[in-house]
Amino acid sequence: MLEQLETQYKQAAAALEQIAEGAGLAEWERETLGRSGWLTGMLRGVGQLPAEQRAAFGKRANEIKVALTQAYEAREKLIIEQDLARDLEEGQIDVTLPGRPRPTGGLHPSTQTLRQFYHIWGDMGFQVYRSRDVEDDDTNFTLLNIPPHHPARDMQDTFYTTEPNVILRTHTSPGQIRAMRELGEDGSKPIRVILPGMCYRYEQITPRSEIQFHQVEGLAIGRNIRMTDLKGTIAAFARRMFGADARVRFRASYFPFTEPSMEVDVECFLCHGDGCRVCKYSGWLEICGSGMVHPVVLRNGGYDPSVWSGFAFGFGPERMAMLMHGIEDIRYFWGNDLRFLEQF
Amino acid sequence: MLIPLSWLKDFVDIDIPAELLAEKLTVAGLEVDKIMYIGVPQTQQAHLHATFKQEVRYPKSDHLVWDREKLLWGAIREIKPHPNADRLVLALVDYGGAELEQCVTGAPNLFEFKGQGPLPEPLYTVIALEGAEVWDGHSDEPKRMILKEKPLRGIPNRSMVCSEKELGISDEHEGIMLFHADLGHKPGTPAQAVLGDIVFNIELTPNLARTFSIYGVAREVAALLDKPLHPPSYEVVMDGAPIDGQVFIDIREPELNPRFTLSLLRDITIKPSPDWMQRRLKLVGQRPINNIVDVTNYVTFEIGQPLHAFDYDKLVARAGGKAPTIITRLPEPGETLETLDEVKRSLDSHNILVCDTAGVLSMGGIIGGAETEISDTTTNVLLEAAAWQFINIRKTMSTQKVHTDAAARFSRGVHPSQAILGLKRGIELMRQLSDGKIAKGIIDDYPLPPETVRVALTTHEIDRIMGVRFSAEEAAALLRRGGFEVKVEGETMHVTAPDFRMDISSDPITGQADLIEEIARISGYAAIPNTIIADMMPDQQANPSLEREEQTRDLLVALGLRETISYRMTTPEREVQLVPPGMASSLPQADYVRLANPISAEKTVLRHTLFISLLENARANARYNERQQLFEIGNVYLKNGNAPLPDEPRKLGLLMTGKRGVSGWMHGEEGGEVNFFDLKGVIEGLLDGLHVRQVSYARAEHTSLHPGRSAQLLLDGQAAGVFGELHPLVGLAFGFEDVSVQIAELDLDAILKQADPLHGVEPLPLTPPVYQDIAFIVRETVTAAQAEAVIRKAGGALLKGVRLFDVYTGDPVPAGHKSLAYNLVYQTDERTLTDKEVAAVHAKIVKLCERELEAQLRA
Ligand SMILES: [Zn+2]
Repeated sequence: MLEQLETQYKQAAAALEQIAEGAGLAEWERETLGRSGWLTGMLRGVGQLPAEQRAAFGKRANEIKVALTQAYEAREKLIIEQDLARDLEEGQIDVTLPGRPRPTGGLHPSTQTLRQFYHIWGDMGFQVYRSRDVEDDDTNFTLLNIPPHHPARDMQDTFYTTEPNVILRTHTSPGQIRAMRELGEDGSKPIRVILPGMCYRYEQITPRSEIQFHQVEGLAIGRNIRMTDLKGTIAAFARRMFGADARVRFRASYFPFTEPSMEVDVECFLCHGDGCRVCKYSGWLEICGSGMVHPVVLRNGGYDPSVWSGFAFGFGPERMAMLMHGIEDIRYFWGNDLRFLEQF
Repeated sequence: MLIPLSWLKDFVDIDIPAELLAEKLTVAGLEVDKIMYIGVPQTQQAHLHATFKQEVRYPKSDHLVWDREKLLWGAIREIKPHPNADRLVLALVDYGGAELEQCVTGAPNLFEFKGQGPLPEPLYTVIALEGAEVWDGHSDEPKRMILKEKPLRGIPNRSMVCSEKELGISDEHEGIMLFHADLGHKPGTPAQAVLGDIVFNIELTPNLARTFSIYGVAREVAALLDKPLHPPSYEVVMDGAPIDGQVFIDIREPELNPRFTLSLLRDITIKPSPDWMQRRLKLVGQRPINNIVDVTNYVTFEIGQPLHAFDYDKLVARAGGKAPTIITRLPEPGETLETLDEVKRSLDSHNILVCDTAGVLSMGGIIGGAETEISDTTTNVLLEAAAWQFINIRKTMSTQKVHTDAAARFSRGVHPSQAILGLKRGIELMRQLSDGKIAKGIIDDYPLPPETVRVALTTHEIDRIMGVRFSAEEAAALLRRGGFEVKVEGETMHVTAPDFRMDISSDPITGQADLIEEIARISGYAAIPNTIIADMMPDQQANPSLEREEQTRDLLVALGLRETISYRMTTPEREVQLVPPGMASSLPQADYVRLANPISAEKTVLRHTLFISLLENARANARYNERQQLFEIGNVYLKNGNAPLPDEPRKLGLLMTGKRGVSGWMHGEEGGEVNFFDLKGVIEGLLDGLHVRQVSYARAEHTSLHPGRSAQLLLDGQAAGVFGELHPLVGLAFGFEDVSVQIAELDLDAILKQADPLHGVEPLPLTPPVYQDIAFIVRETVTAAQAEAVIRKAGGALLKGVRLFDVYTGDPVPAGHKSLAYNLVYQTDERTLTDKEVAAVHAKIVKLCERELEAQLRA
């Protein structure tokens, strides 16, 4: 009996060493240590042994049970570890495969640029004032100090409508008149607004020119607004838009509705002034026209120009986006080709 | 406008490099668009920086720099025949060396001098010696070459007489460059010193009429550099018979023609103008013609006063042999004129004309007539210098579609004071170049001299606008540099504008602004400090209209849609495609805003609907994108009765077509094609996101949409747009044959008005919910909205949620019926509901559905 126990023990221990997976291990456990396993059977059969053998057999059988249980547990742990290692090994995927595409939307680049303007100017106290696209000639021109047949009308080729004296606004500047008259309370309140909107010019559509484009115009009116403020404000905008070390150049220019007038150039942020194709090797990018509001315009807006003063400026968001993203063709903006839009 | 620095230097001393001058002009408002170099090198940046402490940026130029040792001013002494070639000659050139240099050349313009022995007067040109770099005259593409020793038909040849193309002056390569005078330089002088030049191209803004000439720019340069100005000579040698009685003037419209002056030059010889003048005219882009015509152009470009020369004898002939009378007047009905450009023009009633007693001679200030122009046989010249009202000139230019150098200047404004200067300058130059005699005296009719502009300006006003405190003397000094007369009285400057400053207003407030700009410009914008606004901040207000519009964009992007922005222009014909043939249009019936001058036949009106923009965008994209989910926010334009300005309501357009999802490499995950309910899901998502309440939907009757799959959005019962599947015939018209298109146009103003940024929040429930499902069969005509309303009515306060999760037709549901299945949520914060309570409500729901919907409960 004891002999048989020892033999079975050796066999079982040897068999356990051969087991490499969970299923075999469970079977071994059932056959060996389980309720109907041989070892359990043998232990159960102790009572049938002669009494003098019982103690020795019982002791030995229990030792074997402890040994086999320990061996089993060690084996089980080993198999679990091996299984896990194999799973981790075999569960590898090609991480360079593309992710599952999500349906995504996006904002038009003009909207994105307009929002930059809203944020930066909003922080400086300039609020958004919008006005109509289809304008009367008076508000678009005459009230802005551009009387009929004035040479300055040549600067802006106009779309006329079949309704006399009704045109598509050529710039957002008529909004200056509307804002002054609406917000100024007969020339008694200061104003700080930006005027975004679509403008229209009678031009051939080419990679560099479009018949419609956004403008963002700014207007500040007060009793103490000076040219130095205009320069400082635009310089602050440039630092926000182009970085803290953006260099700005102001040069004299002409707009009928401002005087003194100036163009603002920012140092080319692509070549840092060394000259490149985008800045036409000049080192400067023209970003904005501006000036002190012309006294005639102030007067037409309801303000006494000997007491009130102001400045105005105008940006082209599409042009800005073209510079910042290297867009070569302005026609992309209203072309709405998804292959373009999806790049934003 | 082209400005050669060599010409500019006649009038002002320039002691700074051209690049720095260009920067100063640009910053002062005369934008130097381009600097063109002829033979001379660019200034080195480092030199500018070291010498002038200025960082000036300018493009690197790739022009040819003429080698000072190898490209020399040469005098051709003799042209010999080539012993072996008829098409070649040998030019013997004095280039300052010990011996004459023999150049073999095929230049056709030397052949007339061939074999004449030593020339009585040498011809001058530029000679390139061996090793010199020049442009290849025979190459079509710009190509540089180094001159090498190379015998030509047996004659050694190691130098070259140059064409303009070889030197990079122009594309001229027909013959070599030839001058008949030494231009003041000895043979052997570096060509750079003789012909080298720099030409600025200056863009002029409309206010800069005063600088529309070389002298005008010189005035600016003198002011900016604070240098003296040297005006051209206006001395006239008059040694002919008196002009009195030889010609008369009759101005009939002084408003349009405030001044008219005449001078008479007799016994001239028409011939080419001299080299120096021809060269200058070419530098400003003019083609030399003859000594008389060239002077009119020269003076126009030099001082900005256009001139017109008549053949005096033709005028006398027209006057029947008597002294002619020049009449300036408006046209009589039916009058015509053939102008120098060979156009026969019928005249408009506002075209101011120069006439004589026999009829029209020319269009005043714009273009001459063909009949009395200068010809090779002209011997007596009547020279006109006049002043014209610029607005009238502009009108004529646009109605007659004529553009000349004279008109370009008069249309911006030339002060009448310039007429007499131009006349004197022109007639004297003509005399010098044509051996004629100038009649004594000038005819000068000046009925309407403009008033002198005087403006008073205080230092306080300068400070108020500029933010810079100048003393009165400082400011006066700046103005004086620009030619203003200034009398200082305490803090006030009494300023008299020079007559060429027609841009200075006599209106006191505007005039002050004009002067302040001048002070700012001359002192330099860079010198003005930057400040932050110290003025009070205006009241800050929210802009809900914009803020909610932007929120709408964000919500739609989050819902997976991409924004488009389209042309606002279209045509009625394009929009008609939105209506199936033979059906009545449901699109806006208002009149279109029509363009009077459309840019093309495809863009004649402003759009009535976003449908057209969305569908055209989708059609254009369809080739590369089956799946499209787009939105656009923008105006449409509807004429409103007799109001001159249209309504511009703000619309939201949506378009979805193709697969629901995006295809990747895992198959079959895109889902099916989008349908009505995908679009409706987007609208619901948007309205939820905006917290719009009181939303309902009803069937739409819109002929552009599928009659069974389209709906109206109702807000508070008011129509706020339509959406649904595009009518298949409309889809077809836009190229969508086998695929449906879901499209919406919603009234964004109405939606945003209902948006509720202050929407309340439900507290989180304190008790657990009880879920129960219910499914019943109803007739197909029962709508989901009706069914849900009945369930909610019966469920009362304890029914917290109703979610439709299945709609089913087919076996075993009887024909004409459908099965609807709902998840119902019962909950109250007051207590945890018992099964009994739930069962009671549930039974009530079943009962009411049976009664009101004739529903039949399913298992
Ligand atoms: Zn650059």
